[in-house]
Amino acid sequence: MVTQDSKSLMIHATGLTHYYGPYAAIEDVNFGVERGEVLGFLGPNGAGKTTTMRILTGYMPPTRGKVTLDDFDIVEQSLEVRRKVGYLPETVPLYTDMPVNGYLKYMGTLRQMPPKDIKRRISEVIDVCRLGDYRSTLIGKLSKGFRQRVGIAQAILHEPEVLVLDEPTIGIDPIQVVETRRLIQELGREQTVVLSTHILPEVSMICDRVLIISEGKIVAEDTPDNLAERLKGSEQMEVEIGGPVSQVLPALRALNGVASASHRSIQGKEIYTIQANEGEDLRDDISRTVIGAGWSLLSMNTMGMSLEEIFLKLTTHEEL
Amino acid sequence: MRTVQAVAWKEIQIYFSSPTAYIVAMIFLALASFFFVRDLSNPFPQASMSSFFQGATIILILLAPTLTMRLLAEEQKLGTIELLLTSPVRDWEVVLGKYIASLVFLLGTILLTVYFVILLVIFADPDFGPIWSGYLGLILYGAAALSIGLLTSTLTSNQIVAAVVAMGILLVLYFADFAAGTLTGLPATIVNEIGLKSHFDDFDRGVIDTKHIAYYLLLTSFFVFLTIRALESRRWR
Repeated sequence: MVTQDSKSLMIHATGLTHYYGPYAAIEDVNFGVERGEVLGFLGPNGAGKTTTMRILTGYMPPTRGKVTLDDFDIVEQSLEVRRKVGYLPETVPLYTDMPVNGYLKYMGTLRQMPPKDIKRRISEVIDVCRLGDYRSTLIGKLSKGFRQRVGIAQAILHEPEVLVLDEPTIGIDPIQVVETRRLIQELGREQTVVLSTHILPEVSMICDRVLIISEGKIVAEDTPDNLAERLKGSEQMEVEIGGPVSQVLPALRALNGVASASHRSIQGKEIYTIQANEGEDLRDDISRTVIGAGWSLLSMNTMGMSLEEIFLKLTTHEEL
Repeated sequence: MRTVQAVAWKEIQIYFSSPTAYIVAMIFLALASFFFVRDLSNPFPQASMSSFFQGATIILILLAPTLTMRLLAEEQKLGTIELLLTSPVRDWEVVLGKYIASLVFLLGTILLTVYFVILLVIFADPDFGPIWSGYLGLILYGAAALSIGLLTSTLTSNQIVAAVVAMGILLVLYFADFAAGTLTGLPATIVNEIGLKSHFDDFDRGVIDTKHIAYYLLLTSFFVFLTIRALESRRWR
């Protein structure tokens, strides 16, 4: 994705790094987002999702690296970038002592919308976000779910080209979660959406493409379907075995539960890559076979384990 | 400019919808009345506002920071600063808007004390020169005090800290001419010229000196400028 011509991309981030003091929140993050795409950042809490979102929206600059949004540099041309972005921060910060419509009017003015557009758009977003009965209620009196809607309403008010949503469904009740997802899907048809979540099923419902981020690094990038495949799919192992290749390879392939096995030599080391069938743990069988045949088992590594661990930290089902 | 206006208007509305501002205005007027009346209860009273002006400079040290403490500290506390700074708004527009709001509120409060002038006109024959120059001085003085409060509000998310630090700075500046008394030569002159109070007294006497006007305007612009830089630095911290 990143290797593509950056001109066709809505957002293009290269070498994005951000330090909080000595601690790197994200390190060398690269990605691209196409126009009209819905991209999900999936990762456990503290993985660097919020940091990435904050950089994209121009709230803070990256320590290193470069981001362009619609070919505007996010640091050098911050104002142009900010004009094109609608943002829903994770905590949905709102002025609690303002009424909903007053707040939206204020945000519209800050976004330099013409007054007559503000009026029209306020009534539109109030409809879209179903805030009709609460338009003159003080935000401080609204429940968390309704505040979330106000947050989304302000983010889409100025019809931004890019919508950045940080954990848009966190802390709201299940019915509202469903509604919010539907809303994001609708918005995603016309706008470029970047959202973050720690809920695995959420990305498969909403996103065209997923970046998995963990400990500040992107560890996988794929469509939700492929990722799901990889998650439940076969496990890969790398095993170094001392013994004649012509005998070892057939012996490995003959093992129960092995989907495929291949061999390569690296600097005199005989490395075998073994694909196990779903859910099979072959370590025991492999070591028995190798030892039993009088060969030597020199090393054994389970591949993709880190991805697995990340998935374990993710919420893989809805908490209802 | 529309953004500045929007920010200022929003803050002014919040002043009028929150009790804090009313309390501040009420305390200001109550104390101001006390100072005004105190002077008039002399056996040989003067139809002057001097006592009120002198008192007001002290009251403002305490009250100006309570007007400004909320302006940026609360945005940081609530996190709303994140949406503010990701809007296509320049930092100086935010700062200027907030500053104007606090200034408008203070001017409104000071305007209410014109009541004292009316009383003087009804019951005596005051000399208007020192009254108008005194008001000019008080407004300039208040404007400077607000700019200091705005800076400290930018530096912390804690409103109390913002207010107390601003009061501290104001007190130091207010009593600078006392400190100047213990010094001699050039340092004495410098410390004296920095003092908030030493520049006010001429206004109270009916003297409008451009030197003093320049002092307050410089002080105000300096702190407003620092506020803008402090807000910008949030992006880099």
